[in-house]
Amino acid sequence: MTPDTLTGGFATPPTDSARAFRAILDALARPGTIRTVDGAEPPAPLSSAAGAVALTLLDGTTPVHLAGDHDTQDLRDWLTFHTGAPLVAAAEAAFAFGTWDALLPLDRFAIGTPEYPDRAATLVIEMPNLHPEGATLRGPGIKGSAYLSLPATAPFIANRSLFPLGFDAFLTCGNRIAGLPRSTIVRDA
Amino acid sequence: MTDQSYNFAYLDEQTKRMIRRAILKGIAVPGYQVPFASREMPMPYGWGTGGVQVTAACLTPEDRLKVIDQGADDTTNAVSIRKFFQRTAGVATTEATAEATLIQTRHRIPEHPLTEDQILVYQVPIPEPLRFLEPRETETRKMHSLEEYGLMHVKLYEDIARHGSIATSYAYPVKVEGRYVMDPSPIPKFDNPKLGDCPALQLFGAGREQRIYALPPHTQVVSLDFDDHPFQATKAPHDCDLCGASESYLDEVIVDDAGNRMFVCSDTDFCRSRREAGHAGRLTMQEAAE
Repeated sequence: MTPDTLTGGFATPPTDSARAFRAILDALARPGTIRTVDGAEPPAPLSSAAGAVALTLLDGTTPVHLAGDHDTQDLRDWLTFHTGAPLVAAAEAAFAFGTWDALLPLDRFAIGTPEYPDRAATLVIEMPNLHPEGATLRGPGIKGSAYLSLPATAPFIANRSLFPLGFDAFLTCGNRIAGLPRSTIVRDA
Repeated sequence: MTDQSYNFAYLDEQTKRMIRRAILKGIAVPGYQVPFASREMPMPYGWGTGGVQVTAACLTPEDRLKVIDQGADDTTNAVSIRKFFQRTAGVATTEATAEATLIQTRHRIPEHPLTEDQILVYQVPIPEPLRFLEPRETETRKMHSLEEYGLMHVKLYEDIARHGSIATSYAYPVKVEGRYVMDPSPIPKFDNPKLGDCPALQLFGAGREQRIYALPPHTQVVSLDFDDHPFQATKAPHDCDLCGASESYLDEVIVDDAGNRMFVCSDTDFCRSRREAGHAGRLTMQEAAE
């Protein structure tokens, strides 16, 4: 355990997590919009936006998967200290953090059951950049259509075909976050 | 002044995280009722414990809260919930729909159109639209998973067979994005057309029944009906006696022992702002003439 493990959490958890949640809520309720979330300073390679998602939503009841290069001892210690979330393999995870390549193949993640579609994984995809342009998004939360720079479109099109099952995703880059719920209909630009 | 004995917005952080996760899953599957571990709140079931928990999980210190009960800002339920969050979260409050960022409501959608920057939180008594048709949770859950909603149409058909029209006038079932049938909470069916394509985020909390569900902004919401008996939003065929509004939802009030009655807007903020703008109804004009 390094000293960094103990730092980087919210300074004032009740109000910081409330503000972070509103940004996360807004991002997921309005796919294609990009919000900023501040307050978290997790160890690299986790972005501050993904760190804020972890601090706001994770606790001892949410199994977490760290994919690829995100599976570092520093990050494991940080998540364990700040959230208490158990670290697990992809198939058991409620939340997964990683870059797009590290998270593939996506069929490892829980998509819920027909009677409990809420028991599906939430993927937090770390992006090198994030812009409101690229793939076309339609569906709940979007007036007409919206655009978002997705890492690929085919996996999200396949995910939508499972509706109401499927995983939900957040795309994070620095302190910015965008949401992509399973209900969104994705088309190539 | 914030009551420092309590955590921000009353609930502890662990509880808020659990509620927040349920809200996010509800948004991802519009109309699906997400189970959550509802807490005991310092008010009885039926007073909006579900709505209060959703509001507590969503509030930020910068929010301006409005609480309405059947459209009114000044009833016991609305006043006590507004004071509860003034004390425990220290948030600003308002009675004006346009100024609020978060509105908790019991059984009405405000008349003033909602905007993108607002969240509407509904208090829900029975979240399961099929509950009075099928009492077993195991069965209704299966019916939702199989999209088996024939029973609901039989119920509406029986209305027509018995009364000549669909007599359901509140908690009128809707279908969300062509998938889940949802109970919009006991709002009058007059408000149903405002559910769909609404710019605001709509969240529903049922405390006793431990369910949260959501309608993201601009979600397609269709009231169930038949080709030959299309859905009709109804209201009392009168104008408001105080402000003269002809397009708002009205409450009927008995005013004396002789059975005289008046009709007034159920949305008190809407009615007051119209009167302040100089509009007058039957009774206010009578008073002015006397």
